[in-house]
Amino acid sequence: MTDTTELWTVIIALGLGSFGLRFAFLGLVGDRAMPEWLLRHLRYTAVAVIPALVAPLVLWPTVTGGEPDATRLAAAAATFAVGYLTKNVFAAMGVGATVLVSLSLLL
Amino acid sequence: MAAGTAMSSYWRGVRDGLPFLAVVGPFAMLFGVLATEAGLAVHETMGFSIVVIAGAAQFTALQLLNENAPTLVVIASALAVNLRMAMYSASITPHLGPLPLWKRGIAAYFLVDQTYAQSVLDYERNPDQTTSEKFAYFLGVMSPICPPWYLFTFIGAVLGERIPPSLGLDFALPIAFLAMIGPMLRTPAHRIAALVSVILALAFAWLPFNMGLLVAGLGGMIAGAQAETRLGIKP
Repeated sequence: MTDTTELWTVIIALGLGSFGLRFAFLGLVGDRAMPEWLLRHLRYTAVAVIPALVAPLVLWPTVTGGEPDATRLAAAAATFAVGYLTKNVFAAMGVGATVLVSLSLLL
Repeated sequence: MAAGTAMSSYWRGVRDGLPFLAVVGPFAMLFGVLATEAGLAVHETMGFSIVVIAGAAQFTALQLLNENAPTLVVIASALAVNLRMAMYSASITPHLGPLPLWKRGIAAYFLVDQTYAQSVLDYERNPDQTTSEKFAYFLGVMSPICPPWYLFTFIGAVLGERIPPSLGLDFALPIAFLAMIGPMLRTPAHRIAALVSVILALAFAWLPFNMGLLVAGLGGMIAGAQAETRLGIKP
């Protein structure tokens, strides 16, 4: 598909860029105090980004060409419900994976 | 600072990170298999996982390389997927910021969705930890996640076999993330932030270069912060 030079250009640029993004605040800000309004927003980083990352993948999976899929919707609902009710990440993953695999094999 | 407390923090982190192995393993293997099928050699596939160490961005890059997209578009799109890492970096800085620069460099390299989410969850649950204990915990969480990321990429690349799509391996990533969301919804402000971000993500999914993710992330953060202030919620 791609020549070696282009591939390694992508890999190295992505590596440097990703490290830059990860190091941006941690490396440059260090232990200087950050303003309260910024911290208030940062408290919600994970809870804002991860659902946004997941929602389109759940509703429009790439594997089905973007068509909603009953198996994946059911697995997603089960995973979220167990995680929300038990606060246990492992239980949620286990139930979600079980629903996904068993429905995939049944349907 | 007794070395003993750092060691116990490390092992507590290993224990808490271990469940993620169940999803990181299949996901890394899937990347290895798909990369090999896309024509990458084993060492090139490993280069991806070791240098970039970011699942969603690697899959994005692989997809676009396969479509023969221009190099710049490949890099820009995959980095856009990874922009959330800058938010993670900012979010974890109050906890790990006092560390020496080289340790912050190590933490930055290993700052992925799972290590970030699990560590911040623990720092908020147990706020009395020292910085050394927090760093040890972070390395503990990382241990069953990042080295297996390399290992299972390698296994996937070497096997290079077609994994039947009916087994739903493509859905390992959403399952992992969904499992993390439930325990995060601790206060009404967190629930509002998540709800707003989902609505925005779906509404702006049409934006190119994954910009919808950024719009939704920022919108959700603002919604959470606003809810906290207006409803007088204790963080």
